[in-house]
Amino acid sequence: MSIATPTDDVPVRAPRSAWSRWTRPVLGLILPIGLAVAWEFAVRAGFSNGRLVPPPSVIFATFKELWQSGELQKHAFATSMRVAAGFGVGVVSGTVFGAITGYSALTRRLIDPSLQALRAIPSIAWVPLFILWFGIYEASKIILISVGVFFPVYLGVMGAIRSVDRKLVEVGRAFRLSPLAMVRRILLPAVLPAYVISLRTGLGLGWMFVVAAELLGASEGLGYLLIDGQQLGKPAQIVAAIVAFAIIGKITDWIIVLATAPLLRWEDTSARTEGN
Amino acid sequence: MLALDRVGKTYPNGVRALDGVTLAIKPGEILAIVGGSGCGKSTLLRAVSGLDRPTQGQVTLDNEKIEKPHEKIGIIFQEPRLLPWLTVADNVGFGLHDRPSSERKERVARALERVGMPEKAGAWPRELSGGQAQRVAIARALVPRPEVLLLDEPFSALDAFTRADLQDHLLKLWSDLKPTLVLVTHDVDEAVVLADRILVMRPRPGRVFEEIEADLPRPRDRQSAAFDFVKRRVLAALDRSLDRTVSVNEGQEKAETGAAMWW
Ligand SMILES: Nc1ncnc2c1ncn2[C@@H]1O[C@H](COP(=O)(O)OP(=O)(O)O)[C@@H](O)[C@H]1O
Ligand SMILES: [Mg+2]
Repeated sequence: MSIATPTDDVPVRAPRSAWSRWTRPVLGLILPIGLAVAWEFAVRAGFSNGRLVPPPSVIFATFKELWQSGELQKHAFATSMRVAAGFGVGVVSGTVFGAITGYSALTRRLIDPSLQALRAIPSIAWVPLFILWFGIYEASKIILISVGVFFPVYLGVMGAIRSVDRKLVEVGRAFRLSPLAMVRRILLPAVLPAYVISLRTGLGLGWMFVVAAELLGASEGLGYLLIDGQQLGKPAQIVAAIVAFAIIGKITDWIIVLATAPLLRWEDTSARTEGN
Repeated sequence: MLALDRVGKTYPNGVRALDGVTLAIKPGEILAIVGGSGCGKSTLLRAVSGLDRPTQGQVTLDNEKIEKPHEKIGIIFQEPRLLPWLTVADNVGFGLHDRPSSERKERVARALERVGMPEKAGAWPRELSGGQAQRVAIARALVPRPEVLLLDEPFSALDAFTRADLQDHLLKLWSDLKPTLVLVTHDVDEAVVLADRILVMRPRPGRVFEEIEADLPRPRDRQSAAFDFVKRRVLAALDRSLDRTVSVNEGQEKAETGAAMWW
C-alpha cells in the first residue's frame, strides 16, 4: 500500500488507489512486451536468425497453424481431460481425508503422520512405480496428477476444519443444531474460503504434474507437443504449447474463482486485497 | 420458573468453579450477577444454558431438567458471534429455520425494527459497528421467543454511550415478552439500572455471597438517591466479598486478590 498520512481522507484516497489498480499490472507488462518487441526487431533486422529463440511473430504463426489444423485443440483437450480426471480424484480423496482428520483427533494421529511422510517424497519419484503398477497409459498419468492435487487439498481441508471458530460452533449448539445441520450451516460455510484456496493450489499442481506425466511419454497432449517440438527442433511449437498451458491454466483457475465468488461475497474484501 | 438446586462445577483440572448455588428465579424477573473475575459467573450461566453440565446438583426450567441447550433458553455472549456468511436478516432468523419462510421474514423484520436497524437487513456482519452487531445478536436470541435469556457480560466490549443505549434497547425488548433475564455484568450501574435482584458472588469456590433487591420503579433514574443507595449496597457487598476478614481460613488464597480489585 502507499503511505497513508493521517490527513488522507477516503474521498481523496479512493481515486488514487483505483488509478494504481490499473497502472500496476500495466507497469508489469512493460518489460516482457518491450523484450518481445525488441527481439522481433532484432530478428527482422538480421541481428539473429531467431532459430533457437523464435520471434513473437513466428510463435504466433505456429500457434495459428496448430489451431487451424485442429492439432492444438486435440492436444489441449487430451491434457485437460487428464487434469480434470486427476483433479477430480485428488479433490475427492483430499477432501474426504482432510475432513476426517480435521474432525477427529484420533484419526488425525493415526493417519496424518503417514500422509505427511508421503508428502515429503518428491512426487515425480513415484513415476517408475506408477508405470509398473498402472502401465504407461492413462491410469498412471491420472494417478500422478491426483497425487499432486491430493496434498494441498488434504492439508487445506484439515487445517480449515481444525481452525473453525469454536465460538461459532457454540452458537450452533445453543440453537440446538443436529450434527448434519451443524456441518451444513456452520462448518461448511466456515471452511469454504480456505477450501477454495486449496482447490486453486491443487489445480495449479495438477497442471504442473500433467506436464511431468506427459513428458515421460504420451502420444497426445500439450506435453507431447513439447517433446515433439524438442525432437524435431521446432522451438516455436514448444513456446506455443507453453502459451497454451498458461492460457488454459489461467482459465481453469478463473472458473474456480468465478464459480465460488457468489458463495464468498460475505468475506471481508479488505482482507482479500491485502495481499497485493 | 428457573431453579438451580445446589449446582456445583468442578473442571477436569480440579478447579472448583462453582459450589452449592441454589436459586429460584421467577418468570419475567431480571437477575443480575456481579462478582470478581473468576468467581464462576460464566460457569454458572453456561450450566443454566445447557452448553456445559454441572458436576453437582441440577438446573430445572418449569421442573424440566436442563442438560443440553433448550429451546426455551437463549444466550447472548460477550461477543456478538454473528455468522459472517449470513446477512443480518439471516443471522436474526437463524433460530427460526423450521418455520415457514413468510413467518420467518415477518418476525425477523419486526425484530430488526425493535432493535432500531431495519435498514441493515441486507448488510453483512462485517459492515456493522460493535454496538450494532450486539443489537443483532440480541435480536437473534429473542426472535425464537425464549422464556429465559442469559447474557454474559454482553455490553462490556462497548463504549459507555453505546452501552447505555443497548441497555435501553434490552429493556424495551424485554417488556415485549417479559422473558426471565439472567445478566452477568461487571458494571454495577448496569446491574442497578436493569435488575430486580442483584446477586453478588465470591470466588474459590464460586458461590452466592449476597442478594440485594433493587426494588426501584422503572424507568430508572441513575441520578436518584434510591439508585445511588442500591448501588452503594452492591459496591459494599462486592468489597466485603473480597475482604480477608470474611474468611479467615482462606487467608492464603485471599492474599492474591486486592480488596477493591473485584473486577
Ligand atoms: N474450561 C475450564 N477449565 C478449567 N477451569 C476453568 C474453565 N473455565 C473456567 N475455569 C476456571 O473456573 C473459575 C471460574 O471461571 P469463570 O466461570 O469463567 O469466572 P467468571 O466468569 O466469573 O470470570 C476460574 O478460576 C477459571 O479459571
Ligand atoms: Mg466470565
